[in-house]
Amino acid sequence: MKIPEKVIVSFLALCAAMTVLITAGILYTLGAETIQFFNEVSLVDFLTDTQWTPLFSDKHFGILPLLTGTILTSFIAIFFALPIGLTIAVYMNEYAPSSFSTRIKPILEILAAVPTVVYGYFALTVVTPFLQNFIPSLSSFNALSAGFVMGIMIIPLISSLSQDALYAVPKSLREASYGLGATRLQTSFNVLVPAASSGIIVSVILAISRAVGETMIVAIAAGMQPNMTLDPTVPIQTITTYIVQISMGDVPHGSLEYRTIFAAGISLFVLTFTLNNLSFWFKKKYQQKYE
Amino acid sequence: MNKISINRFKDKAFMVFGVFCTFFGLFMLAIFVGDVVLKGVDRISWEFITNLPSRFPEKAGIFTALMGTCWILFLTAIIAIPLGVFAGLYLEEYGKRNRFAAILEINITNLAGIPSIIYGLLGLEIFARVMGLGQSVLTGALTLSLLILPIIIVSTRESVRAVPRSLREASLALGATKWQTIWYQVLPASGGGILTGVILALSRAVGEAAPLIVVGALAYVPFAPSTPLDEFSVLPIQIYNWASRPQQGFVINAAAAIVILLIVTFLMNGIAIYFRNKWQKKIKW
Amino acid sequence: MSKKLIAKNVNVFYDQTHVIKNVSLEIDANSVAAFIGPSGCGKSTFLRLYNRMNDLIEGFRKEGDVLLDGKDIYRNDMRVEDLRKKVGMVFQKPNPFPKSIYENVIYGLRIRGVNNKNLLDETVERALRQSALWDEVKDNLKKSALALSGGQQQRLCIARAIATEPSVVLMDEPASALDPISSAKIEELIYELKSQYTIIIVTHNMQQAGRVSDTTAFFYLGELVEFDTTKKIFMNPSDTRTQDYITGRFG
Repeated sequence: MKIPEKVIVSFLALCAAMTVLITAGILYTLGAETIQFFNEVSLVDFLTDTQWTPLFSDKHFGILPLLTGTILTSFIAIFFALPIGLTIAVYMNEYAPSSFSTRIKPILEILAAVPTVVYGYFALTVVTPFLQNFIPSLSSFNALSAGFVMGIMIIPLISSLSQDALYAVPKSLREASYGLGATRLQTSFNVLVPAASSGIIVSVILAISRAVGETMIVAIAAGMQPNMTLDPTVPIQTITTYIVQISMGDVPHGSLEYRTIFAAGISLFVLTFTLNNLSFWFKKKYQQKYE
Repeated sequence: MNKISINRFKDKAFMVFGVFCTFFGLFMLAIFVGDVVLKGVDRISWEFITNLPSRFPEKAGIFTALMGTCWILFLTAIIAIPLGVFAGLYLEEYGKRNRFAAILEINITNLAGIPSIIYGLLGLEIFARVMGLGQSVLTGALTLSLLILPIIIVSTRESVRAVPRSLREASLALGATKWQTIWYQVLPASGGGILTGVILALSRAVGEAAPLIVVGALAYVPFAPSTPLDEFSVLPIQIYNWASRPQQGFVINAAAAIVILLIVTFLMNGIAIYFRNKWQKKIKW
Repeated sequence: MSKKLIAKNVNVFYDQTHVIKNVSLEIDANSVAAFIGPSGCGKSTFLRLYNRMNDLIEGFRKEGDVLLDGKDIYRNDMRVEDLRKKVGMVFQKPNPFPKSIYENVIYGLRIRGVNNKNLLDETVERALRQSALWDEVKDNLKKSALALSGGQQQRLCIARAIATEPSVVLMDEPASALDPISSAKIEELIYELKSQYTIIIVTHNMQQAGRVSDTTAFFYLGELVEFDTTKKIFMNPSDTRTQDYITGRFG
C-alpha cells in the first residue's frame, strides 16, 4: 500500500465522474443524430403528422402513432398494476403479520426479476390465446395482452414504494383513527392512503416511466404496426419497438432511417426524464411534509 | 346487520382480497412457468445445449447464444464491478460535502431511470461506431456495464453506509489513514451487501435483450465468440427470435431456451438473497 | 513530574455552537486524569482533541493550542496518523474488528507495514499480558474477537490500543457498557497501566473517578470549572458547582 492516498482518491473520483460521461454520451448521441434528422424532417410534421411510415415509399414521420401505442400499453399496465399493487401495500402495511410481509416481499420481487423476453413470450403464447376465448376479434398481436403482462411485472414496484409511503405516515394519525373506532379498512383508505397519496403517486409515476421504456414485451406481443388507435385489441407499435424493428434490419448508418431511431429515442428520453423528475419532485414534497 | 357489523364484514372481505392480490402475480407467474416447462422440458437435451443454430427447429441449439451470454456476463462483471464499487465508495466516503458530489448524485438517480434501449443507442453510436468496436461482445458488455452501473453504485453506498461508525473510529484511532480504514475494515464489512447488489445487477444484464439488439447483436450467429471482438448473440435474443417465428417447432425451442434462462436468473437471484440474509445477520454485532 | 499534555486557551465550535469555552489544562506524565461532568458538558469533545478524532466531525473548529510533549499536535506538518500512534484510544462500547484476536491486536502495526512475524508475536503477547487478557485467550488467538464476552472485548480493545506503544491512552467511558465485575477489572488495569502510560479517562461514575484517578477535571457547560488532585476535588472542592455535582445534587 505505497500508493499515496491522494492518487487513490483521485482514481475513485474518476470512476464516479464516469457517470457524468454516460449522461453526456447519451445527450450527445441523441442530440447529434436528432439534429441531422430535423434537417430533413420538420419538427411540426414530427409532432403533428398522424402517420409513421419511414420505411415506405410514401414517407411520413409523425411520432403520434408511436406515442399513442406507448401510452396505450403503459395505461393498460397501470390499469392492472395499480389496484393490485396498492391493495398489496395496504394489506402488508395494516393486515399481514410483519413476519409474513418480510418473507413475501423478496418473493414478490421475483416478478420484477424475470427477463422481459420471457414475459413477452407468455403474453404471446398464453395470455392472448386465453383472451381470444372471450374476445374472438382479438388479434394475435395486441396491446391488451402486452399491457396486462407488463402490469404483472410492475406490481412489485408499485406495492413496495406504496408500502413505504404508507409506513411513513405518522403513528399518531393511525392511532387517532383507531381510537375513534374505525376498522382497519376505514383507517387504511380514509386516513392512511390520503396521507400517503404523494408517495403513492410517486410509485405510479415511476411505474409509468418503467412501462413507457419497456421494450421486449411489446416487441414480442404487441406487434409492429404504427396504428394510431386506442383500441387494445389490434396490433400497435411503441417507440421502443420501432427502435428494435429498425435495429433488427439492415439500415445503413447515416441514412434518414438510421436517424429516425435516434429521433424516436430522444422522444422516449424526454418522456421518461420528465416522469422521473416529476416523481423526484413529488417525493421531496412528501418527505418535507412529515419532517 | 347493523352498521358496525357491515364494516367488520367489509374489513374481513378486504383481508381476503389482500391475500388474493398478494398471490395473484405469483399465481400468474406459476402458470406461465408451468406452461413453459410443459412445452419446453422435453426439448431440453445435451444436443439442445451444444448444437449450433439451424433452420430446422429440431436441429437448432442454443450453444452460440449461451456462450454469448457467458461472455457478456464475464466482461460486464469485470468492467462494471470495479467501476461501480469505486464510484460508490467515492460518493459515500469522500464526496459528501462538495458540489461535484451533489451533481453526481442527481445524475446517478436520473441514469437509473433511463430505459435500457436508450443505453443501446448510446452503445451503438459511441462504442460500435466512434470507438470502432463494431457489433462485438465487447460493445455489448460495455453497454450493459453502463446500464447496471447505477444499481451497483447505489447498493455499494447502502452497504457502506450500514457499516457501524464505531468500526471506522476504532481503525482511525489506531492511526490508520482513511483509505486504510476503508480497505481493511469498511469494504470487508460491507462485502456481503455489495455482493448482493452486484449479483442482482448482473442477473439483470443477463436478461436484457433490447440494448443488445440495438448495438447490433445478431439473432443468427454461426459460431460462439472466441475473442471479445467477435460478433455474438445472447439467450434473450435467441428467445425473441424463436418466439417471433410462426413454426410451432421454434416456439417450443423458445420455451426450452426460456427454461434455461429462468434457471440462470433464479439461481443468481437465489444466491443474491442468500448473501443478503447472511450479511444482514452478520452486520448486527 | 513533567507535563505530558498541555492545553492553552482552547475553544471548540461545531458550526456556530460553542462547545468548549476557553479551557486550559495541564496533565502530568504517568498519571491518571479523570474528566467528569454531566452529559453534554464537553468532556468527551475535549478528550477527542488529544488524538484529533474531532477532525472527522463536520463543522468542527478549534482555537488555542494543544501540546503533546511540548509540541503542538495541530501544527501543519503533524500527520494525524503519527499522532494517533502516540495517543491511543479506547471507546465507550467495545468495538473489536470482526477478525481474529491476533489480527485485532496487530492492526496498528500491520497498517504501518510491519510484517516481522517474531515482532508481531511478541507484541501480541506483551499487549495481551498488559491488558490482563493473555491467560484467557493465549490458546485461541485465531478465534474471532466477536466471540469474546463484552469485558474481554474491551480489554482486547485496550490491548489493541497499547500494541503500538503509545505514550498516552484516552478512554471514553470504557466501563460504562460493562457489568460490575468486568468494570472492576478495567479499573484494576488502568491502575497497572499508569506506570507506563499517561491515561485520561472520561467517566460518569463518581466512585470510579475517585478510585482510579490522580487528578480530576470537572467540566460544566463547556467550561472547565475546576481541575485539581482527585482528593481535593472530592473532599474539598473550591467551586460550589463541583460540590453540588459530586454530592449528586444535579447531573
